[in-house]
Amino acid sequence: MSKNNSYKILNTRLPRVDAIDKVTGKAIYTDDMSFPGMLYGAILHSPLAHARILNIDTSRAERLPGVKAVVTYKEAGTQPYGVSPARYDETIFCHDKVRYIGDEIAAVAAVDKDTALEAVSFIKVDFEELPVLLDGRHAMDEGQPQLHDMYKNNICARVNWNFGDIEKGRKESHIIRTDHITSKMQDAAFMEPQSVVAEVDSHGNLTMWSSTQAPHYIQRTLAMALNMPLHKVRVIKPAVGGGFGPKASCSTVELATCLLALKTGKPVKTTLDREQVFLHSRARHQFFHTMTTGVKKDGTLSFLEHHCILDGGAYASFGIATVYYAGSLLGGPYRLKNMKYDGYRVVTNKPACGAQRGHGAVIARAAFEVQLDRIAEELGMDPIELRLKNVMEAGETTCNELFVSSFGMKEALEAVRDSAAWKKKRSLAGKTRGTGKGIGAACGFFVSGAGYPIYRSKTYHCTVVTKVDEVGGGVTVSSGAADIGQGSDTVLAMITAEELGLPLDDVRVVSGDSNLSVDLGAYSSRTTLMTGHACKDAARDIKRQILEVIGGKLNIPPEKLDLKDGRVVGIDKDIDFSALREEYLQEHKGFMDLPEGPQLTFREASRIAFLEIGSVVGTGSYRPPKLGGSFKGATVGTSPAFGCSAQVAEVSVDLETGEVTVDNITGAHDCGFAINRTQVEGQMQGSMMMGMGEALMEQIIYNDKGRIMNANLAEYKIPTSLDVPHLDAIIVESNEPHGPYGAKEVGEGAIMPVIPSILNAIYDATGVRIDELPVTPERIIEALKKKRENK
Amino acid sequence: MVREDLGLTGSKKGCGIGDCGACTMLVNGVATFSCMMLAIQADGCVVETVESLAENGKLNKLQQSFVDLGAIQCGYCTPGMLMTATELLRRNPHPSEKEIRLALSGNLCRCTGYQKIVDAIKAVAGE
Ligand code: FES
Ligand code: FES
Repeated sequence: MSKNNSYKILNTRLPRVDAIDKVTGKAIYTDDMSFPGMLYGAILHSPLAHARILNIDTSRAERLPGVKAVVTYKEAGTQPYGVSPARYDETIFCHDKVRYIGDEIAAVAAVDKDTALEAVSFIKVDFEELPVLLDGRHAMDEGQPQLHDMYKNNICARVNWNFGDIEKGRKESHIIRTDHITSKMQDAAFMEPQSVVAEVDSHGNLTMWSSTQAPHYIQRTLAMALNMPLHKVRVIKPAVGGGFGPKASCSTVELATCLLALKTGKPVKTTLDREQVFLHSRARHQFFHTMTTGVKKDGTLSFLEHHCILDGGAYASFGIATVYYAGSLLGGPYRLKNMKYDGYRVVTNKPACGAQRGHGAVIARAAFEVQLDRIAEELGMDPIELRLKNVMEAGETTCNELFVSSFGMKEALEAVRDSAAWKKKRSLAGKTRGTGKGIGAACGFFVSGAGYPIYRSKTYHCTVVTKVDEVGGGVTVSSGAADIGQGSDTVLAMITAEELGLPLDDVRVVSGDSNLSVDLGAYSSRTTLMTGHACKDAARDIKRQILEVIGGKLNIPPEKLDLKDGRVVGIDKDIDFSALREEYLQEHKGFMDLPEGPQLTFREASRIAFLEIGSVVGTGSYRPPKLGGSFKGATVGTSPAFGCSAQVAEVSVDLETGEVTVDNITGAHDCGFAINRTQVEGQMQGSMMMGMGEALMEQIIYNDKGRIMNANLAEYKIPTSLDVPHLDAIIVESNEPHGPYGAKEVGEGAIMPVIPSILNAIYDATGVRIDELPVTPERIIEALKKKRENK
Repeated sequence: MVREDLGLTGSKKGCGIGDCGACTMLVNGVATFSCMMLAIQADGCVVETVESLAENGKLNKLQQSFVDLGAIQCGYCTPGMLMTATELLRRNPHPSEKEIRLALSGNLCRCTGYQKIVDAIKAVAGE
């Protein structure tokens, strides 16, 4: 689909604003930074998964020449912090116990990296080993080791929801089936390991540069855990090499590096190595889903009863939201009147899990979409027809009170069906089930920005301040928003350029700095919708001010004027502005590129406005209206808008070896309106690849001591260019009334249908269902073997 | 050494042990994981990094194609991808999609799904 509107900048394929810096090596990531006299930090991780700390002796490390500071809980204090205020269960360093292999015990700053690492190895810790809990399924059982006093029976959070009338749904059902799906913990595997630089100036102001997704939250956590006033803490996000969730929570490496900078008075840099990235994790939980779904004879869904245990590793991190999302986002995209959900998020002696692309909802979605496929088969119905029969439409509210104001679900499903020639291939495959070639479909549903901040507050979720150059000409957009590679800076630049009628090159975006504005950060697919609104308002504010000055001078009502193509123009008639030019020309004697002609350039207009009213600054702020129901936990899952998506996957499976080749993926996503078409496709394609990895190859493997056995990118396999097929991304635009220009999310929703469409295709190809992710060749062979034996 | 002593921070480190390709440079024209190489091994060799691609401040065709076709998201894999693709195109100016994917298989990208990177290289190769 192509552009079909009057926008000059929006809805195009303009290159991202940071593209040139990124192809020339000029883009600065945190680890690229250095300061004179900078020290290097290193961290001591626990070698044990569960143990009491008896004594920490740092004396030998302190004596090593070149070491400038060694810090443990004694220096750091034991102020608890975390993501959700109700679950502050972490301290900067462990003090009483260690709870996973990798838990942070101490940090060192030294003149170079090698010295810092050597010093770390000199720190002596005496432990008393404790029994280790690794199996999340049994974490709640009697007699299991207990990780935290605050989590009785290792339950970190539980949700018990009951919407509608399950019993009524059960009675109405023609088919009822129960299925299970389990997954493994997974890593986000962003390419840039976390890196932090911290510095304290002579007035005691702490500045931290970090590869983070959420400068605002990190600023708050630093201030709280380090016991500093908020305004003395500044967090800046340089270029970030991907985040996908785990970089949204504050990490020990951030806190420890700040502490070392405060202690030494010197800038300090700490960069994790790849193994530490795995140890820090905060990535995908392990899920154990059981779903019972009923449908009527005609395929209408009648109820869903859903039970889930989430193994979240040693600490809460984002896990409270995760357990809620795992239930709430099954409310759509289908009409489902009766839904019961019991979710338990437990702690175990493994690295803490947190948010990862499609937060909480990905495996639940996979489980449900696979179950729908099984139901379709029982009903003798085409799986896409079954879905089409149940999809919601714009204006409907889910049983858990999520209102969908725009919804291109049907369009997306039809688009992938037709584009992938589903009808032809499916009928073929129906006859050839189990012959090694398969095709599968699935849908997805996701928030377009969390409706509420993580901490309870009436705060605006984002503000944008846009200032016109006082010399006239360009504008600078200032925002705390975090571009982590998804392209939000480009979105802000495009919106501003469109509103002001400027070329993209005349808009500069400075962002990712907690000093610039409040912005909750890059998570829950919120930036385009939320910061986009604020950015649009800031630009319109400027436009109004400039046009008021120009209109005032010419006695023309400002609403009869517009900014277009770098000029001020009359709306219903041509206006000769040249009389206003004099002031500008007088100031620029000797300049070569002076404007001429009847129209006034933006450069002149903005300078004239400054001469008249001083700095021209526009502001915009956004926060969602009150959303959601009033039941406990109703806030999680709410959003001003919801994205939805559909996908068809085609696979070949070698029935001898179990090897799966994904031959084709066709995905369609309703993003409301594509601000930048190339970037929307890019988010979709990235989601397809990540989902494909999660479906087929990605799993963290632990030994029986709780040590990760594949903490590197060779053994933790993610898809390479050879694994990934051609990825076909179809943009659906449903014009979201609550989004700027109709836009809503794409960053996370697009991953939802990926895993189940591949699982459904594998079933079509093999005739066996694998209910344990990832679907490795071994699991396929085993299932095929079982099937043969049962015959 | 290239990053710290020469201040050429364009090449990235994603793993330090030869698994990701983010650090790819050309050593005597051959795409090489620089994290696996000691500076002394490169003594006397011609080393090319991402910083050497643009001439006189002008992007070369491959860089321009990456920019125009959206082959970049976070950009962390981009320097390595560009160097690998540079080697490929010198060796084989008109590679097939298969050959492109094969050449890139040691360079991980977590953002793009590779599609637009392959497209960008194809666009240059097809000229
Ligand atoms: S840094 Fe990963 S291969 Fe060199
Ligand atoms: S663009 Fe982010 S890793 Fe490739």
